[in-house]
Amino acid sequence: MAASVPPTRPRIPGSGLARGLAVTLRTMTKKTVTEQYPDVQPDLPPRTRGVIGLFEENCTVCMLCARECPDWCIYIDSHKETVPAATPGGRERSRNVLDRFAIDFALCMYCGICIEVCPFDALFWSPEFEYAETDIRDLTHERDKLREWMWTVPAPPALDPAAEEPKEIAAARKTAEKLAAQQEAQPEVQSPTEPHADEQARAAEQPTRPTGESKQQTDQPRQEGDA
Amino acid sequence: MNDALDVALRLVIVFVVFLTFPLIVGQTEHKVMAHMQGRLGPMYAGGFHGWAQLVADGVKFAQKEDIVPAGADRRIFQLAPAVALLPYLLVLLAIPIGPGEGAVGEVIDAGVFFVLAVMGVGVLGSLMAGWASANKFSLLGGLRTAAQLLAYELPMLLTAASVAMAAGTVSIPGILDAFEWWWLPWQIVGAIVFFVAGLAELQRPPFDMPVADSEIIFGAYTEYTGLRFALFLLAEYAGIVVLCGLTTVLFLGGWHGPWGADGLGWVWTLLKAAVLAFVVIWLRVTYPRLREDQLQKLSWTLLVPLSLAQIALTGIVKVVIQ
Repeated sequence: MAASVPPTRPRIPGSGLARGLAVTLRTMTKKTVTEQYPDVQPDLPPRTRGVIGLFEENCTVCMLCARECPDWCIYIDSHKETVPAATPGGRERSRNVLDRFAIDFALCMYCGICIEVCPFDALFWSPEFEYAETDIRDLTHERDKLREWMWTVPAPPALDPAAEEPKEIAAARKTAEKLAAQQEAQPEVQSPTEPHADEQARAAEQPTRPTGESKQQTDQPRQEGDA
Repeated sequence: MNDALDVALRLVIVFVVFLTFPLIVGQTEHKVMAHMQGRLGPMYAGGFHGWAQLVADGVKFAQKEDIVPAGADRRIFQLAPAVALLPYLLVLLAIPIGPGEGAVGEVIDAGVFFVLAVMGVGVLGSLMAGWASANKFSLLGGLRTAAQLLAYELPMLLTAASVAMAAGTVSIPGILDAFEWWWLPWQIVGAIVFFVAGLAELQRPPFDMPVADSEIIFGAYTEYTGLRFALFLLAEYAGIVVLCGLTTVLFLGGWHGPWGADGLGWVWTLLKAAVLAFVVIWLRVTYPRLREDQLQKLSWTLLVPLSLAQIALTGIVKVVIQ
């Protein structure tokens, strides 16, 4: 800053002192930036890393979050259950059932790796941050508490106006269009693929946050009759 | 009987002013300083914008234990806050707020002398505290206070003498009676020198080397706690009130103003003093602390010559207009 002032310019003695006074006076007339937190809640951006919520239905107990967590603050217990065959003569399937899902926020360093790594969108950031406790053990939030946090997760911010279409929507829309074209090409054949096309179209309509049904369809026993 | 009542009433009023005005200045400092730094300042105590912050501070100080260090000179140590505070109360008695006998605590013929002499006593409180605490930081602070007192008392006296010369009297109401508006440009250098020297004598930032909390832990007040410490702080703010009042009546014409009805002169006095108090706070927020050698240099190489020049100017003009 000092270098930008040409050295030849004559300096009025005391002008620096006056400029200092001007700075403080100008600051006094400006609005202060202090946030009066306990009285006024802060206006947090939607991606604030406050607390982690668990959307249990999406969890497949793949353990990726627990393994990737840098400070091992995620505890998962589960057991396997056998799902009887949906149709006579079919094969029995096994699936994981979640027994315990807990995050120790005393250890958590809010890196968000668990949320990034979750392949089924079961973990979400919530901007809630007022969960201080007097006992450190109470900072381990069990699945019911993590579920409560889920309801505080804000809707994702809207895409930019010229942004690329999200991949999920693009894929679903492409499939739906292809099926629709097929249908028009052979309208007399009421093919068994029609319900399937409906399902794809439905997925295309509500994909901004993948919900339990759309994600869990791989877990549900297939409707063998349709295939 | 009537005289006694009159005296008692005046004393009570001066005492109330002495107790409230420093607090008002202190609260203003809290808020002005905060906003100059982009903050809000106290917001809770008392409910509305923290107006009772200093009351809360007082309650806190009163609750603290009064500690006298084992190695301290006990009586001097305990006496020092009173010596620091009371002179300002006495000075306040002599500052007229409006014209006439009714608007001053006590008319003193040699008012300027009285005021400056008694204000000098206030600094003795810091010296006593610095010596009696038996603490290295306190001693350093006391020595710096002494050096500062020596350096800044002189320009203060010289500029006050300049005003007395101009008016031909050392009585403060007399000076104000003689005041004309063109004294303002005539005595402006003296006014600035008086104000700056007064700031230095009060050890206000940027002249707070003797109490520099970040290097000598509040200097002479290092060992003080509780109420005695609060009294030292109160002395600082009472000093601001007194300094602003004195500058107002000596240099800015006190109750004289460009307009305003008779009987409202005291509004002008208070207004001018309030603006000066704001300037005191403003300077504190704006400027960093002067180093000890810079402090001495400012006084001896700038303020003393300026005040001497002011006296010469006053003398020349006085001779010319007669």
